[in-house]
Amino acid sequence: MEEKKGMTNPKPVGGEKAKSIVMSFYRAFKNLGSALPTLLGVVLLLGLFLAYVSKQFIASVFTGELFIDTVIGSAVGSISAGNPITSYIIGGELMKEGVSLFAITAFIVTWVTVSIVHFPAEAAFLGRRFAFIRNSLGFILAILVSIATVTTLMVIQ
Amino acid sequence: MKVVRDTEDKGGNKGGGEKRKWYKHYDLYFLVSVIFLYLILFFFDQESVYSSLKVTGNIFIQIIPILFFVIIFMALIDYFLHPKTVAKYVGKGSGIKGWFLAISTGIISHGPIYIWYPLLRDLRDKGMRSGLIAAFLYSRAIKIPLLPLMVYYFGALFVVVLLPYMVIASLIEGQIIELIENRKDKLQ
Repeated sequence: MEEKKGMTNPKPVGGEKAKSIVMSFYRAFKNLGSALPTLLGVVLLLGLFLAYVSKQFIASVFTGELFIDTVIGSAVGSISAGNPITSYIIGGELMKEGVSLFAITAFIVTWVTVSIVHFPAEAAFLGRRFAFIRNSLGFILAILVSIATVTTLMVIQ
Repeated sequence: MKVVRDTEDKGGNKGGGEKRKWYKHYDLYFLVSVIFLYLILFFFDQESVYSSLKVTGNIFIQIIPILFFVIIFMALIDYFLHPKTVAKYVGKGSGIKGWFLAISTGIISHGPIYIWYPLLRDLRDKGMRSGLIAAFLYSRAIKIPLLPLMVYYFGALFVVVLLPYMVIASLIEGQIIELIENRKDKLQ
């Protein structure tokens, strides 16, 4: 009830509709509702991805050459998506397989920051151009971050 | 800074309506094509399709609580945040505070990236800078609840070194995106 009194409004509103918290919730529901088809599509795609791409497959793409592996790590992480925990587990296992830390760092960074699976959703909400630039930059930055991190580690140790 | 100011209020929102309409169809096309993909795969490999659906179901169960959180967040933001307020904190000319806010909320935010898109679109419509959106999305790679796990797999030193670089990278990404967007605005 107090909201109604408050509707004379704390904010300096110029020609804005009077707001109530109920309307705000209604708008939030509507907004998220309109996002549902995309969300559903992305999650379905993610399901396919997780079912088809195995850890062994990911491990098999690395070559042993440092820079190429870093780029591959960045690329594989970009294609993949899902819970970051999965990327740590895969990263940990790749390390046991002897894959370099450069590649693994790039892999776990792009896992979260770049996502081809999520690209359609990002493009739909934030614009194709924005999504494209952001993801491409993320790809390059992950390589730089991994080089910087591992080099720093080498210097410290 | 000057560049940021003189592009104020150009285009951005105007094209929004039209674009929104186009994307409305786009998301349906997207969903239909994914379902179509499932249907095709169903003929070749039923088992994988079932396990994909199972994974999908599990993911949904996991994200539903977060979706509620997002709805509450969106409603509160809609109620309390006037576009002018948004513009002040994360809009054009918001300066260092804006970057700090975007990166720190990015680090705190949880759940999958895609459930944040609608909220970010809302905020951008209200005047949030796209560089800050990019910084937010990048800094989300730093997950506080998952840090112990990261330490377990890669060691504390690795995590301590990686995190500052991640913050720097999110700043760089935001800045570059802003430079590109500003150039686009200037060209128009």
